[in-house]
Amino acid sequence: MANLTLVQAINLALIQEMERDERVLILGEDVGLNGGVFRVTEGLHKRFGDKRVVDTPLAESGIIGTSIGLAMAGLRPVPEIQFEGFLGPAYDQICSHAARMRTRTRGAMTVPLTIRIPVGGGIHAPELHSDSPESIYIHQPGLKVVMPSSPYDAKGLLISAIRDPDPVMFFEPKRIYRAFREEVPEDEYTLPLGKARVVCEGNEMTIVSWGASVVQCMHAIERGGRSIELIDLRTLYPFDMDAVEASVKKTGRCVIVHEAPKTCGFGAEIAARIMERCFLYLESPVQRVAGFDTIMPYYKLELDYMPDADRIARAIEETAAY
Amino acid sequence: MPIKSAFTTTIDHVSILDANANFDEKLGSGLIPDADLVRLYEHMCVCRHLDEVAFKLQRSGRMGTFPQNMGQEATSMGAAYALDKTDWLVPCYRENAGLFWRGLPMEMILLHWMGDERGNAIPRELYCMPLAIPIGTQMLHATGLAWAAKYRGEKRLACTFFGDGATSEGDFHEAMNFAANLDIPVIFFCQNNFWAISVPGKIQCSAPTVAQRAVAYGMDTIQCDGNDIFSVVYCVRKAAALAREKGRPFFIEAVTYRLGDHTTADDARRYRDQAEVDAWKTRDPIIRIRKFLTTRGLWDDTKEAALAGRAERDVAAAVERAESIAPPSRDDFFNNMFATIPPDLALQRDTMQTHGIGQDPSQIDGAVIELPAKTSH
Repeated sequence: MANLTLVQAINLALIQEMERDERVLILGEDVGLNGGVFRVTEGLHKRFGDKRVVDTPLAESGIIGTSIGLAMAGLRPVPEIQFEGFLGPAYDQICSHAARMRTRTRGAMTVPLTIRIPVGGGIHAPELHSDSPESIYIHQPGLKVVMPSSPYDAKGLLISAIRDPDPVMFFEPKRIYRAFREEVPEDEYTLPLGKARVVCEGNEMTIVSWGASVVQCMHAIERGGRSIELIDLRTLYPFDMDAVEASVKKTGRCVIVHEAPKTCGFGAEIAARIMERCFLYLESPVQRVAGFDTIMPYYKLELDYMPDADRIARAIEETAAY
Repeated sequence: MPIKSAFTTTIDHVSILDANANFDEKLGSGLIPDADLVRLYEHMCVCRHLDEVAFKLQRSGRMGTFPQNMGQEATSMGAAYALDKTDWLVPCYRENAGLFWRGLPMEMILLHWMGDERGNAIPRELYCMPLAIPIGTQMLHATGLAWAAKYRGEKRLACTFFGDGATSEGDFHEAMNFAANLDIPVIFFCQNNFWAISVPGKIQCSAPTVAQRAVAYGMDTIQCDGNDIFSVVYCVRKAAALAREKGRPFFIEAVTYRLGDHTTADDARRYRDQAEVDAWKTRDPIIRIRKFLTTRGLWDDTKEAALAGRAERDVAAAVERAESIAPPSRDDFFNNMFATIPPDLALQRDTMQTHGIGQDPSQIDGAVIELPAKTSH
């Protein structure tokens, strides 16, 4: 075991998958000599050389479009998009091609591709470096979407993503890249995509969250006084509705927390599924604590935009009092 | 200090068999053996006949929108002939001739335009990508496919086709830049047919040639008469040699013309002069090979009549195969979303005919309401 940050856990996962499988290669902007702007690929260029860790031209559609070709030819590219705000130029290749190639060719062509993307706010970054666009990609059929909230989960989920035969959007919450350390096995291990983690058990209320917001939920719960079950979805597509259903049927109350804007955020889907499956068990309306339907503000106001322990604690009290 | 020239270049233009059947012996002799030329001619004629049949199928409601290839058969045909059978062909949607030469069954193209994805399930050993419907996106895939070959130390290259309109797309420039800067063996094959639906080439590119776009990427480039299969074969061989020996990309601008409408949903009379179309009809790639073969005693009216009969039979048989395929199952579109269908998606599939998505039927009193199938043919 080693005591690792989320960045170090991802770096270790990449090294182990590249050692294990010659087909795995990394490409993107500044991922080579520089080791990535967040140092996630630190040391990989030296270790594996410029054939397997490739500094590409500065062009996101090019990075993803060529990765699709590499993947269709049978390799396992792991491209990095430097910040989630730069996904825009790659959107067409991701949604029009990576997501559709298997079904377009009725299985003759597949795209085993893992796109790594730092995501979310809270690091005092410039514009378009702090957004939470995961719902856009959850809504696109044909993609798997993952967002870990801890070093242990990040390593196991990334290894699963790289070995997955279909395209995976692997969002890395940059706010918790180095926020805390956790014991992470040095040996390789996988965590199944599509399975949630019960962070803490409780019987009074369920909180569903993912990514960096999970940490804010834990802070709110630690304020004490209530028995709360916290579910970290970890994978957003396919998502573990069974875990949510079992918990909500037990507690009868649910708060969903995410950084992305509220309208059409993934919380809306979870709430609708709770209506389908748990209607007669509910003691209160499902409540969401989310980002607002605004442009993510520059960093002076980012903490007023993002759900924090205060807002989550308020939602807990309101839901309990309903 | 005097101002010096930083860089100068020229763009070569290749023409070997012109519209009047004048033949450049120096460049052209031995380029395509007679027997091969006869076979290429026959394939082009079958492809042309398929265009005519497909048009009628669309007009009679037996097929959806179809883009005719008429006038552009020599481009992809020449390329497919000049390449190895294990080089990737990454088409746009007007490369039927080259795909058929490679061995793609005609009914797969028909199935595609009949609204059936099974037409895209191309056997791996043909090294053909399916038709690309959006413009220009496939050039990046070709670059990735060729990159993978380089990664594995294979001599395989990729040849990707696109029109003049596609050279306005960002993905075109990104693909050219990746291939040139990362030494990826891709042949970028531009079919400059002067029209992107109704928009003329000058709105896509104000330089005198499309070929010179490659110069800015440090890529070798050439322009040729795309209605002359000899020129196409000459240029593609040159490009393939560079790609295989040096791992470098190459750009080819094949000057051609779309004799038909953009697709069956288009009416080109709205935006272009008949005189222009008539002038290009005299430069038809099929007519000039027939003249050439006839002059050399390799072709005659008897052979032409036999070929017409065979084209009719082959295309009719392909139409028959495409139309007689069993309809897909109602839930077919669920089954290739992922290697393994996620449980929730399986639930959507399994309940699509019986009850609302995701509902637990035990929660509802009353009968299951079955819905009728809506598959269109």
